[in-house]
Amino acid sequence: MSALFDAVLRLADSNLILGQRLSEWCAKGPQMEEDVALTNVALDLIGHANLLLGYAAEIEGKGQDADQLAFLRDGDKFHNLLLVEQPNGDYAHTIARQLFFDAWANAWYAQMAQSSDQRLAEIAARALKETRYHWRHSTQWALRLGDGTEESHQRMQAAIDALWMFTGELFADDEVDVEMAEQGIMPLPSSLAPQWNTAISAVLEEATLSMPGDQWMQSGGKQGRHTEHLGYILAEMQFLPRAYPGAAW
Amino acid sequence: MYTQGLDQQGDGPTLVENEQDLLEKFQAKVDAEEKIEPKDWMPAAYRKTLIRQIAQHAHSEIIGMQPEGNWITRAPSLRRKQILLAKVQDEAGHGLYLYSAAETLGVSRDELVDQLIDGTAKYSSIFNYPTTSWADIGAIGWLVDGAAIMNQIPLCRCSYGPYARAMVRVCKEESFHQRQGYEIMIALSRGSDEQKAMMQDAFNRWWWPSLMMFGPSDNDSKHSAQSMAWKIKRFSNDELRQKFVDATVPQAEYLGLTVPDPDLKFNEETGHYEFGEIDWQEFYDVIQGNGPCNRQRLAARKSAHENGAWVREAAAAYAEKQRQRKEAA
Repeated sequence: MSALFDAVLRLADSNLILGQRLSEWCAKGPQMEEDVALTNVALDLIGHANLLLGYAAEIEGKGQDADQLAFLRDGDKFHNLLLVEQPNGDYAHTIARQLFFDAWANAWYAQMAQSSDQRLAEIAARALKETRYHWRHSTQWALRLGDGTEESHQRMQAAIDALWMFTGELFADDEVDVEMAEQGIMPLPSSLAPQWNTAISAVLEEATLSMPGDQWMQSGGKQGRHTEHLGYILAEMQFLPRAYPGAAW
Repeated sequence: MYTQGLDQQGDGPTLVENEQDLLEKFQAKVDAEEKIEPKDWMPAAYRKTLIRQIAQHAHSEIIGMQPEGNWITRAPSLRRKQILLAKVQDEAGHGLYLYSAAETLGVSRDELVDQLIDGTAKYSSIFNYPTTSWADIGAIGWLVDGAAIMNQIPLCRCSYGPYARAMVRVCKEESFHQRQGYEIMIALSRGSDEQKAMMQDAFNRWWWPSLMMFGPSDNDSKHSAQSMAWKIKRFSNDELRQKFVDATVPQAEYLGLTVPDPDLKFNEETGHYEFGEIDWQEFYDVIQGNGPCNRQRLAARKSAHENGAWVREAAAAYAEKQRQRKEAA
């Protein structure tokens, strides 16, 4: 399949899986306002996934639609970042995951809004408006938890430390990324690292949290090599379309 | 609170007379269809009734997120997932406005939430039934939100201003909820035999509990007469239930569903459907805590509240630090 198809799927899948993860919080949020906020972020991400999967399906040109791509692919055909499939954990883990993702998504969409691919430029411009709100939300909570109570500080630091190993993949380039960047279609992941590091280190500092040092980074999600978590996410998400093949809902 | 202070001191003859006078003015205002606002004098019983009703309504929205939230991660298409997320998000939002409306009556959201969690407050019994298949999401939107709209449209004209205004906004969103539920049912009705069976099964399970949503029959409804006089309530439980049956049976027929009531028949003379007796024993059992999911729903709410305590404490501690920093600056 083409590099463009792979690249669009990567972005679509990261949005879809993170949206799916956030949906798991429904009615379990730490306060009612957060039930509203988290479902709102989930809704935006699934909206982005829907647009991107629709485009991926067109690029593929095999007569599939966004739903077939979402609900009928197996795990090794999913290309999301490993970060987004990590479990919700406590609220600190959810916020740390979101903070890392939102900073990346803001940087990514700001560049992709200038894409040579008109369709992707439009999707990015729309997504950016929403991810800026998401970033504001995750930043505010990182500050509250980091600089809140002793307990919240410890939990937030533990979450930052635990998820750090999945942030390297956000900036790891492979041949698909290089090809997309050369054609001016998508940003080169490694080029976004300085901006991301600046944004994250500023928030962590204000939140009285420490930035983890250099360490081993796990990657592979973009190439379809996942953690054990993805299988369960898909088993739940894909159950109905797989149990009733061909049914319309 | 001025009015509560008045009530507490009300043992002197002047005050009693004064209260009679206030009561007459209050009732005249209600009768003239003017709104009662938070700062207006109101009888203590009116205030108590409204707090009870608005809080129950808010709790119902919050507990109601659970049975539907149960299917968000399993919604069968991206569009259905987006619609369901939006719907459940609306419900959280409705819960929030309704708690705010209750707060205008001098009670705090924290107190109300504590009453929900300790099991002393009630919420709509319908949410104590499980959502075991995707068709239940259609049935809830169509029947449960449909019944809720029947109950709530008259509340847009409720004599208490903040509640009436909250209900205007809630009702607009509820009608979208009902439409999306019916649309799920239409898709199932056009689907495979398995999908049709799934839809009929959901309908069988949700039909009677939906009729119970209108409350006890008029003969047994203990709050009705006073609420009617106060224009909190506009129609009796049985009137609304009849309206719901009349509107819903033709929709069920259109979907190809069989109503699970052998006594159901259309009365040509009255122009209404006649229906069988509700199982009132089940109704009271579920209200008293013995429905299929009462314990599960309450335990889930309690666990979300308790697991979130450290988060709320952190937010409060951070806000306090920010306030102190601002003062120091």
